[in-house]
Amino acid sequence: MSDDHDLPVLRLRGITKSFGPVDVLKGVDFEARRGHVTALVGDNGAGKSTLVKCIGGTYSIDGGEYLFEGNPVTVKGPRDASALGIEIVYQDLALCDNLDIVQNMFLGRESLISRTRTLDEPDMESQAGQALASLSVRTVSSVRQKVSSLSGGQRQTVAIAKTALWNSKVVILDEPTAALGVAQTAQVLDLVRRLAEQGRAVILISHNMLDVLQVSDSIATLYLGRMAAQVKTTDVNQTQIVELITTGRSGSLGLQSTNGAVS
Amino acid sequence: MSGSGSDGMPGDNTPAEGGTPTGDALADHEAAHPAGIVTARIPQSLRATMHSYVRHLRSGETGSVPAVVGAIVLMVIFGVAQSNFLTSSNLVAITEQAAPTTLMAMGLVFVLLLGEIDLSAGVVGSTAAAFGAVLSVKHGLSWPVVILGSAAFGAVVGLLLGWLRARIGIPSFVVTLSAFIAFQGVQILVINSKSNGIQISDQTLHNLYFGRLTPIAGWIVLVACVAVYALVKLIQAAARRRQKLATEPVSVLGLRLAAMLVFGGLFVYVMNIDQAASWQQREGIHQRGVPWSSVYILGLLVVLSFGLTKTRYGRHVFAVGGNEEAARRAGIRVLTIRTSVFVICSGMAAISGLALAGQLGGVSTGDGSGNTLLLAVAAAVIGGTSLMGGRGRVVDAILGGVVLAILQNGISDLLQGNNAAAYQLIIEGAVLLLAAAVDSLSRRART
Repeated sequence: MSDDHDLPVLRLRGITKSFGPVDVLKGVDFEARRGHVTALVGDNGAGKSTLVKCIGGTYSIDGGEYLFEGNPVTVKGPRDASALGIEIVYQDLALCDNLDIVQNMFLGRESLISRTRTLDEPDMESQAGQALASLSVRTVSSVRQKVSSLSGGQRQTVAIAKTALWNSKVVILDEPTAALGVAQTAQVLDLVRRLAEQGRAVILISHNMLDVLQVSDSIATLYLGRMAAQVKTTDVNQTQIVELITTGRSGSLGLQSTNGAVS
Repeated sequence: MSGSGSDGMPGDNTPAEGGTPTGDALADHEAAHPAGIVTARIPQSLRATMHSYVRHLRSGETGSVPAVVGAIVLMVIFGVAQSNFLTSSNLVAITEQAAPTTLMAMGLVFVLLLGEIDLSAGVVGSTAAAFGAVLSVKHGLSWPVVILGSAAFGAVVGLLLGWLRARIGIPSFVVTLSAFIAFQGVQILVINSKSNGIQISDQTLHNLYFGRLTPIAGWIVLVACVAVYALVKLIQAAARRRQKLATEPVSVLGLRLAAMLVFGGLFVYVMNIDQAASWQQREGIHQRGVPWSSVYILGLLVVLSFGLTKTRYGRHVFAVGGNEEAARRAGIRVLTIRTSVFVICSGMAAISGLALAGQLGGVSTGDGSGNTLLLAVAAAVIGGTSLMGGRGRVVDAILGGVVLAILQNGISDLLQGNNAAAYQLIIEGAVLLLAAAVDSLSRRART
């Protein structure tokens, strides 16, 4: 994909974030690499959503370093994040039921015919078709279907394929398989893999350990606002991950002193 | 290139595996993009088009079908029941009566698309018209200035309503109900006359409303409209072919154009029948031609539909109406969109108010109150615009406005006696309820 394969696209150093007296993130380190699927796991309240919202610019960080392609950046809002090439697919997908697949994929970024300033429907339809084809999506029969007529898996597919349309470098998926059946889950995980194979850094948030082990290259475990460990998927087994999630440590991995402050 | 299979690739590569079960039956008739790229599936024959249309109807996308069927049924019923209903003079009267309600409903479609309501449009429109009447009668301003002034009055009020809804966050029901009450007072202050009205003796507004095209001009407008429509469709099809996308078969376009010519031709023909008595005709006096009001409505239909379906703004209106949160995340300025629809609605209400003033020959306090607004809402809903937001077209307002005008005209002649007005109100209310029920049921069918 790229010659500087080892340089993380996204690198966070000692990120802190508090809401009033509550410290939600207490110095989190995190990195996501091009062509890799990085799973982000952790129990409820560990700070996954907060971390994602800090990356996406919905929340501003209180402290720490935010490096994008090696350069320190300040992300003040969602627009800054998408300008960098960060796309987030939230759990509730946020698709407009009354619009079709093409209209949803281009929402807010419609192509215009430069001469008349009107919508360039053929261009958008063609690009949407190509984006779906590049991800080998075969589950939708027409890109002009209304989203209201799609199944849960198809909606997830549309939401994920939307990120492939744009020149996205980092794609964050929040529980993409949470509400899906077995076959649809497999299809969506395929899609996740292909997004990474196209050279993106994919961050996958999931509670499903089987999904995580199957699709990810590395696993980052948050425990009570700290990064317990970010390890290669091949180096750990399911039991170790569950231990990391529930106690923050597993043997030599993880936080060795759970009450010690992280400087 | 034309005809079925227009890209030279018959539909042999439709990626149907795992697709929706309904789609496969038509696979033979539908063309897909080559090389496994999924784009729009468009039926490639007249028969397949009809099939897919019926499928749409069954899935609850009834669109304007109830309105068209309703109009035809009502015409038949009233035509049988009253010998003078289907006369050309009565049909012209219906067309002219429909104009104020239709104009207001065209603006309301934008508000309804966001799932909002504007209860004040009737009163605000008539207040704007009263403002125009004052400009004309008391200050002697010319009519172009007066019309612009009225529309600007409406737009400013719409801006206020939209601001209260979008920025302050008061529900539109409350904002516009308050405006409905308050502007009845503003209307009295603007008119400021002991006779509770202002007569407009200048005939310009009257003529703008009751004027008629010459018979030839009526036909020219019809042919020009159909020709421009055909041209636009062909340009669009060419653009799709450049991207190697499936296009609508020429037979379907031909059918559309034929339908436009037949129904438009029938309309122009009926409007062109001379209603003047034969002795008047010998003197060179004629009463014939397409009403000017129909031409304005047609023009505004083109402009507003263009804005709603071909521009980024229109797309964003639909998006905010469909899922506000999705629209916000997509970077759409939701508050601006929400404010803008109230501006459009009140602006159109002002034009509607002027049309009403032209019809009545003046303005008076109480114009635009009562059920003026509710009839306009009914027109939009009968036409197929949803009260829940996200679905609607400007043309719906026209279809619904025509249905209501037919109903009012037919009923008022059919019902006689002391309670006629009472029954008329009850029937109008029932029709609105029926239209809303169709909307709700079709929504349920789709989910």
